[in-house]
Amino acid sequence: MSYLSAFLVGGIICAIGQILIDKTKLTSARILVVYVVSGVILAAFGVYQKIIDIGGAGATIPLTGFGFNLAKGIFNEVDRIGILGIFTGGFKAASAGLSAAVFFGYIMAALGKPKAKK
Amino acid sequence: MPEFTARLVPGRDIIMKQVFTKEEYAEHVKRASPNSKIFINIIKAFIVGGLICDIGQFIINMLKARGLDSEVVSNITSIIMIFLGALLTALNIYNVIGKFAGAGSIVPITGFANSVVSPAIEFKTEGYVMGLGAKMFVIAGPVIVFGVCSAMIAGVIHYFITYVP
Repeated sequence: MSYLSAFLVGGIICAIGQILIDKTKLTSARILVVYVVSGVILAAFGVYQKIIDIGGAGATIPLTGFGFNLAKGIFNEVDRIGILGIFTGGFKAASAGLSAAVFFGYIMAALGKPKAKK
Repeated sequence: MPEFTARLVPGRDIIMKQVFTKEEYAEHVKRASPNSKIFINIIKAFIVGGLICDIGQFIINMLKARGLDSEVVSNITSIIMIFLGALLTALNIYNVIGKFAGAGSIVPITGFANSVVSPAIEFKTEGYVMGLGAKMFVIAGPVIVFGVCSAMIAGVIHYFITYVP
């Protein structure tokens, strides 16, 4: 059952991205930025937690989930240690993903070959 | 383009053919067809995006079955998904998926890994520091900047709403 809801929620989030690409001519970099910021905003209003409760990985795997993670991390740290949490909470919550992206990103790019044709 | 020919007056048909250049025809086709093309793109993005999320869900379910707590599960899941995205990009497989899926492959976290590896590989000739090291963040950089800044602003608002009377 979790697979069906993850498929539907994740699929809808990606379909919205495709609509943005086709209708607004936004580049993929801008789409990613829009998604992260949307995740932060939806997290701040408590909406994204509800989407995660329904969709599971369908909501955490899209990049909106990264924004949610950053915002939730900051909120939790603010609740725990006060205003300093604004500076420490975000990277703390996103540390695994960011470290993985930097490390695996560099290794894989070093191992990969550039495309022959453009 | 049946509605176009249907509007033609028989006598003016030849004139219209001369006036209707290749560019104008391409323009007309573009104007007549995008809706069905966009619809197919959306379906492709929906299916591939949904499948990638299901892979994530599979990893989450496997880890949860081992009795790990939810924070550890979500961390390991992002690590594995990012690893897969980076690996498939280096193998040139992710770009093939991307051509088919569009946003379905861009929006998931694997697409974020792809956006790190893909430009880095292309600029490898500029060296391992300013080529690989710098170009990794051509797309990922703005994502992190806007993500962190907006989350911090949200954090400030949260602080003032909750703790300042």
